[in-house]
Amino acid sequence: MAETTTTTHAGLAHHFDDIEQQREAGTLGMWAFLVTEVMFFGGLFLAYILYRSKYPVEFAVASNSLNVTMGFINTLVLICSSLTMALAVYCAQIGKRRPLIIFLVLTMVLGATFLVIKGVEYHEKYVEHHIPVRFNTYEFKWEPHSAEGASSQAERPAVETGNVEMFFFLYFAMTGVHALHMIIGLGVLTTLVFMARRGRFTPEYHSPVELSGLYWHFVDIVWIFLFPLLYLIGAHLH
Amino acid sequence: MREHIVSPKIYYVIFIALTVLTVVTWSVAKIDLGRMNAVVALTIAVIKATLVVLYFMHVRYNSRLTWVFVGAGFFWLAIMVALTLSDYMTRGWLTIAR
Repeated sequence: MAETTTTTHAGLAHHFDDIEQQREAGTLGMWAFLVTEVMFFGGLFLAYILYRSKYPVEFAVASNSLNVTMGFINTLVLICSSLTMALAVYCAQIGKRRPLIIFLVLTMVLGATFLVIKGVEYHEKYVEHHIPVRFNTYEFKWEPHSAEGASSQAERPAVETGNVEMFFFLYFAMTGVHALHMIIGLGVLTTLVFMARRGRFTPEYHSPVELSGLYWHFVDIVWIFLFPLLYLIGAHLH
Repeated sequence: MREHIVSPKIYYVIFIALTVLTVVTWSVAKIDLGRMNAVVALTIAVIKATLVVLYFMHVRYNSRLTWVFVGAGFFWLAIMVALTLSDYMTRGWLTIAR
């Protein structure tokens, strides 16, 4: 069997027959990991579904206090970063080293941009005392973000502050864990840039780029759900 | 199975589709559709996620075994949500004899 091996490659581990088999095993392994990630975030989404169905008004009102414009810009930033990541994988597949490095760095810049905007939003919430922790004495006054916020106090739905706080618990847990994944992603991309600079990737062997791409896109998908669920459920309130 | 190289053209098309859908979901959210708001938002999110999984993540071009793994992940997620909700949503339907 061993003599049927036609291609030998520096990146080929000894326990695989050929580079194709190794690549498929890697993809499958990465997906097994991503499935555990789906379950991990799934738990948070499930908690969100339960509490939102219990306190629909409070969730809409709390969501209305988030900065939708920044959330929207961040969604576009992440979609752009997914595009540059996909193009980086393409460059690795056809063996273009310089464009590969450029696209990886671009992806990192966009990822960092996302985190900076997220940080500005967190700061905004800190100033507004919306962070549900002791040191940031929690209080919630409903100040609509929209320009037509002149509607009278009487038209606004009555809200229970404690239930509004539940939304912010979930908001910070979900976006916080998502941001942590972004930070880990940036670390992974840094490693890739160094590996690419050393010429470790070829059209035959570039699994690290491909698999890190899967991870990056997965984190993007999580945000695709977080954006409408956290930012947009109160957008129709004035 | 040889590796399938997706052309950048497809990536650009998917990128534009994702951007358009993001703008749509933002615009629709401003209109009060009652319960339909959540349905529309989630439908768009699922479409966007599917596009990313199939094209950016190359699942469309992967082996059937990858499909099974991906499908199993979302299937188990559906089980978790469905069974939990079947508990919470039905509480209070029955009065239990004391």
